[in-house]
Amino acid sequence: MRRIIAILLLIIVAMGINLTLAKIPFGTPKTKVGTHYIKEGIKQTGSDNIVTAVVVDYRAFDTLGEVTVLFIAAIGLGAVLTAGAGVGNRKTQPASMVLYTGCRLLFPLILIFGTYTFFHGGGFQGGAIVASGFLLIYLGCRERRISQRAFILAASLGGLAFVVIGLMGLVFGSYFLLNFLPKSASNMLFSAGVIPIIYAVIGFKVGSELASIIDNLIEES
Amino acid sequence: MILLASFLVVVMLVGAVAACIFRDLISAVIAAALVSLIAAILFYFLQAPDVAMAEAAIGAALTAAIFIIAISRTKRHEQ
Repeated sequence: MRRIIAILLLIIVAMGINLTLAKIPFGTPKTKVGTHYIKEGIKQTGSDNIVTAVVVDYRAFDTLGEVTVLFIAAIGLGAVLTAGAGVGNRKTQPASMVLYTGCRLLFPLILIFGTYTFFHGGGFQGGAIVASGFLLIYLGCRERRISQRAFILAASLGGLAFVVIGLMGLVFGSYFLLNFLPKSASNMLFSAGVIPIIYAVIGFKVGSELASIIDNLIEES
Repeated sequence: MILLASFLVVVMLVGAVAACIFRDLISAVIAAALVSLIAAILFYFLQAPDVAMAEAAIGAALTAAIFIIAISRTKRHEQ
């Protein structure tokens, strides 16, 4: 009986979604602001990557909020997991030679790729890639630990740098997170003013936060 | 391209159903990671490489790792 009701409810919900979305033409621009971003984005922000232009320039304040949410999540997880826990002194089997060597070879490459991604318009993605590199280190070199304090320090410094760059916009110009650096020809490192700096800072911050979450969980197990 | 995409969608659906059905939780996590990985490939086909990278790194790698750490501290098999 319960199952039948569940299936009926599912069908009703599916029909509702279908009715709502059927009228909307797929793939055509519906808002003016979207076309404006696409047409004027490169000129206004200097960023070749439109997604980055929206995330770090037009909607930079939203991004600050998102980064703050992630920071609070990492801090909260650390507080919950380390509260009342003894010193993590578990016996670990050493990793096999293949895993150990592979990790040591791959870790710097992953770091380089993550940094490359920071500067090509992917702060969050680069941060996640760097964090997966740290995960690899925890799998391969099991006796190594990176101090929790260093992670929190890196995350806090990243957030602080973001806010300071925003305030500098207020000092040099008119509004918070203004792109105050001069824009140069495209395809240069700082051709988009503060955007690459902010995104590198975000990547640094996200990477250390995700790595600290993994560190907390592994430390506890 | 459309054939490959449809094949991937089918594999993704199979993975999603398998993740729900498996009693062995490690297998379920791997099936869920497979879903994320194929989602990343599909995002790439839809010309969203940034989303694809985030999905591959977070969905397939970090989430699976966190699940496996959690399973290693609890029970491996669902009752």
